[in-house]
Amino acid sequence: MSLSTLTKDWEPMSYGFLDPSAKREIRRKMLKAVAVPGCQMPYASREVPMARGWGTGGLQVSLTLINPETTVKVIDQGADDSVNAASIRRFLARVSGAPTTLDTLDADLIQSRHRIPEEKLREDQVLVLQVPNPEPLRPVQPNMSIARQMHADADYGRMWLQLYEQIVRSGRVMQGASYPSMVNGRHVMTPSPIPRWDVPKLHMAKHLTILSAGREKRIHAVPPFTRVEPLVFDDVPYKVEEHGDLTCVRSGAKGFFMNEIPQGDGSSTYEISDSEFGVKSIKQTEGTDTIFGETWYKNGEMS
Amino acid sequence: MAITIEAPRLVKAAPLLKAQNVSKTYGHVQAVKNVSSEVFPGEVLGIVGESGSGKSTFLRMLNLEETPDSGSYTLDLPEVDGNLFDLDRFARRMLCAKRIGIVYQNPHLGLLMKHSSSGNVAERLLVAGERRFSVLREKAQEALEASEFPVDRLDAPPIELSGGMQQRVQLAKAIALEPALLLLDEPTTGLDVSVQALVLDTLKRLQQERKITMVIVSHDLGVIRTLADRVMVMRRGEVVEAGLADQIFQDPQHAYTQQLVHAKL
Repeated sequence: MSLSTLTKDWEPMSYGFLDPSAKREIRRKMLKAVAVPGCQMPYASREVPMARGWGTGGLQVSLTLINPETTVKVIDQGADDSVNAASIRRFLARVSGAPTTLDTLDADLIQSRHRIPEEKLREDQVLVLQVPNPEPLRPVQPNMSIARQMHADADYGRMWLQLYEQIVRSGRVMQGASYPSMVNGRHVMTPSPIPRWDVPKLHMAKHLTILSAGREKRIHAVPPFTRVEPLVFDDVPYKVEEHGDLTCVRSGAKGFFMNEIPQGDGSSTYEISDSEFGVKSIKQTEGTDTIFGETWYKNGEMS
Repeated sequence: MAITIEAPRLVKAAPLLKAQNVSKTYGHVQAVKNVSSEVFPGEVLGIVGESGSGKSTFLRMLNLEETPDSGSYTLDLPEVDGNLFDLDRFARRMLCAKRIGIVYQNPHLGLLMKHSSSGNVAERLLVAGERRFSVLREKAQEALEASEFPVDRLDAPPIELSGGMQQRVQLAKAIALEPALLLLDEPTTGLDVSVQALVLDTLKRLQQERKITMVIVSHDLGVIRTLADRVMVMRRGEVVEAGLADQIFQDPQHAYTQQLVHAKL
């Protein structure tokens, strides 16, 4: 018996780029994260052929979850066709052989930066969010050791101080993205820099959300049907961006999260931020048959 | 005509604060050695002593910031009993937030310098669980007014304020929840004499209006004389003399106290 009969043949790369031990570790950490919703689990973030801060955390989770039958969709700031989204999608397909899609309804695994699709996700779909800074307490407690104690004690009073300051200075809550939210009534998490518009989509959602920060080496998760409540004062209600009555110039659709397009004369026009949803809306106005999924927002109101 | 003489307030009540045989060492240095003291409701206890006499360390232990090597500490409050040094981290913090107010010599220790002043006061209320913006705002303003802070600077961050104003913000934060015990660690040191007098005036008035129990630590006998009912003199971690303020100042017994009193006069 020789060593070569006992070992596998040499391959240039393992399936899905990460080696099995790395995947096993991430899988374990994801399970832990699901078991304690909103709690940050440290993991050994591995090198991937991408710079830290470009979605390496999300990419590692996607690489761990992927198999040849997983249909993958990648979003960057709502768009499927931006450079970052396109290259992550191509990389995932190349190392796993998985089919890719732009349509939210066809996807099994959605990796996203800064947006949640406008169409409702289902039980069988997984949303992976890229997180630049997983620690919601960092703005109020720069010492991470103490921040961890504060999480352990559920000592979140200072988070409201941040909101208090914003209301005092500006007359309203200015936190535009990464709105701190209470998960399952216990842990405050940052939902990654999704706009306020998207935070209610996580509340009691049917899908599993995994949030992963590659540079900061933390994973946290929102399991299906879990409460996600943005932090608010009892007498100052939570408000999403006022995009409910904006109309998309390209498709004429109304009541979704919009990208502002500044015009030469100082005014602005708007287009739907979720690019594939925008494409579908344009197709519909042109008379092509398109299948829309149920949307979270109806007529600009969260349903 | 029968004249009934009321017993002084201090005599009737049980002590609010009781510390017994508190000791603390840092390496080879014995910072506090077997210090015991009692403070009665509505009373002001002054602790004097030179730098390094252990008075601030003792105060920090009363604020549950530090754990002594030995000793016990009880407060006569309905929600706590037993030795407070045995409380866990969470219980300590809740007790400190709700029942004990502290003003530090250095405002950087007690305040978030870049947040607004009213926010600093509101933080206290937030930790205690208040979640209504309007109430926070109102109570913060009330507390700041009570400590004679100018209302038009309500939302200025402490870093933009003068030293005296910063101390007033700290004071407002400390009294916002009507604490059972107010600890003052050299509250007026580093302020110029006229501002010092104003801050002392405020403290005196608050003490008279609200009957707050205070422990005030200072090396400045003038401050202690103005505020304290009873005085404890500390040196090298030990209490060398304790008694009524007048008694200590008029008739000091211990050689060190005599020196201290004469140095001042």
